[in-house]
Amino acid sequence: MVVLAHENRYVLVQGITGREGSFHTKLMLEYGTKIVAGVTPGKGGLKVHGVPVYNSVEDALREHPEINSSIVFVPAPFALDAIYEAIDYGIDLIVVITEHIPLHDELKLIHYAKKHGVTVVGPNTSGIISPGICKIGIMPTTAFKKGNVGIISRSGTLTYEVANSLVKAGFGQSTAIGIGGDPITGLTLFEAAMLFEEDGDTKAIVVIGEIGGVMEEHLAEAYAKGKITKPIVAYVAGKHAVPGKRMGHAGAIIMMGLGTYESKINAFKKAGILVARTPYEIPSLLSKVV
Amino acid sequence: MKILEYEAKTILKDYGIPIPKGFTASSLKDIKEDIVKEIGFPLIVKVQIPISGRGKAGGILKANNIKELLNVVSKLLGSIIRGIRVAKVLIEECMDVRKEYYVAFTIDHSLRKAVFLASTEGGIDIEETIKEKPHLLHKIPIDPFIGLKDYEVRNVAYKLGIPKNLIRQFIWIVKAMFKVFDDFDAELVEVNPLALTDNGLWALDARIIIDDNSLFRQKDKLAKYISEEVFRGITAGEKRAEALGLSYVELDGNVGVIGNGAGLTMATMDLIGLHGMKPACFLDIGGGASRARVKEAVTMLLENPKIKAIFMNIFGGITRCDEVALGVIEALEECELRKPLVIRIKGTRDVEARKILKQHGVKAFEDIEAALLELRSILVS
Repeated sequence: MVVLAHENRYVLVQGITGREGSFHTKLMLEYGTKIVAGVTPGKGGLKVHGVPVYNSVEDALREHPEINSSIVFVPAPFALDAIYEAIDYGIDLIVVITEHIPLHDELKLIHYAKKHGVTVVGPNTSGIISPGICKIGIMPTTAFKKGNVGIISRSGTLTYEVANSLVKAGFGQSTAIGIGGDPITGLTLFEAAMLFEEDGDTKAIVVIGEIGGVMEEHLAEAYAKGKITKPIVAYVAGKHAVPGKRMGHAGAIIMMGLGTYESKINAFKKAGILVARTPYEIPSLLSKVV
Repeated sequence: MKILEYEAKTILKDYGIPIPKGFTASSLKDIKEDIVKEIGFPLIVKVQIPISGRGKAGGILKANNIKELLNVVSKLLGSIIRGIRVAKVLIEECMDVRKEYYVAFTIDHSLRKAVFLASTEGGIDIEETIKEKPHLLHKIPIDPFIGLKDYEVRNVAYKLGIPKNLIRQFIWIVKAMFKVFDDFDAELVEVNPLALTDNGLWALDARIIIDDNSLFRQKDKLAKYISEEVFRGITAGEKRAEALGLSYVELDGNVGVIGNGAGLTMATMDLIGLHGMKPACFLDIGGGASRARVKEAVTMLLENPKIKAIFMNIFGGITRCDEVALGVIEALEECELRKPLVIRIKGTRDVEARKILKQHGVKAFEDIEAALLELRSILVS
């Protein structure tokens, strides 16, 4: 088994007629992803790379009741509405590629999805790939190979880089999940790690974190408590980055010293998670535990 | 985007929140004697720059008469505080404060919810106080679909010990602040202190940060409150990059770092640090960068005198490496300034890219370690 992007995913592309939507529909089709329909309001009746386009999710589902996943390329001002639409019509996995979605919209979409038991991956993600099986995303497929390491990442290009260096060292991937680069995301690092924990084909997990937020600390806490038992190798980008803009006093009061590079590295080390100093150190650390 | 104090206060005022009487000055000419008389001495003069800790940095001073006022204002205008030149001051009535509360709305990334924060320990030392005594902070998570509930604010008012006759006013102010937070797509609306005086509650200082991603729908509303000429804490270089759609942050070192994707660019900075060198900037050209965009990015760093060498790390997925290579060559050929440039380039069409680069005498590598060693030897020599 793989996680999220398995062979029974029938995918709807929201925003299929846009430049990115149409380009990546083609690449996903070439990879073998079962893209069955697209939606762009006002463009119903068109075809994009042979995929029928509908005006609404309702119309798409009427013609293709097998749809169970959506990938969203809709521009930021309209993304929240598109995601509401997908949730309201019962799609249970929504991968949001769109970047620059307003934070207040993200709060709404995350909680609406949660209330309806829907998994949102992203926003601002490069998507999910189970090498050789299914890709719901925009990543270059050549960097990935089938195997038994699960990758969870907050960064797009860094994922390709790491996957590529893993492949060179002989480690393929069960699934690679980009959870998205925004400060708040739907699927969290911890939730993604739990998916891999429960997946029979995944033997170890690689986590690519970033400074900011507290998802790395939460994951470390869960690992220390034994909720995750599979070996984890982690890398955190941003040791030399400037700390993000200060949110008045409120930011400091809420974070209580968490969210920094040191906080994340210390949390991982304390929990017994192996920490790579560079992305290129990950394969050698991984060979110690697999 | 950070909103300056006086702009934030104008927004709060429009939402009915009491703020002290005052006016702004960009030069001594803006100080009109009749207005000063109407407000009355003593007055507080506050520099309008987008950082916190202005008081501790000497940016907030008191004036007891007109002579002192002119002195203080001419001293502050044009001065540099924490690296920022003061272009404007806010001159306000000085209030008799009996107690300072802290009240704010922000987004808690861990809860993934907006939160209402309040404390009896308002004032400049709030962070230290809450660190030592976390129980003095009241934090109320807000449901994104219901919003702030009345009873939640009321309960906080009781917990803070707001005087009985002012509880209604407190609830009113907090709800108005939440409305600002919601209406303006804010990441932060902070009133610190919310001052208790003989004359009720007053917002003595205010801070608002607007989510940059929401500017497409906030721009028109904000235009009424924001003055464009005021410096917002970004450098000229950062402004240029913003106009080009590049993600750029300046740092203290001398190696200009260019990458594609924020994570890879950050990781590249870390690698440079690990090899004992110092990044001068973070420049992310993003996904699928065109030749023109790459050219602009490289040219920008060539023109930056702080930068001694440029290091590029490209992993092409959507980004085509040959496009990047052509952009680099164009920048190097058209810019008169010469600087060493080392590039590690891999991914989509990378063989072609390295060939093009080498033909033009650019040091191009597939392996990151080899590229870093080359960079180090250049900087040492």
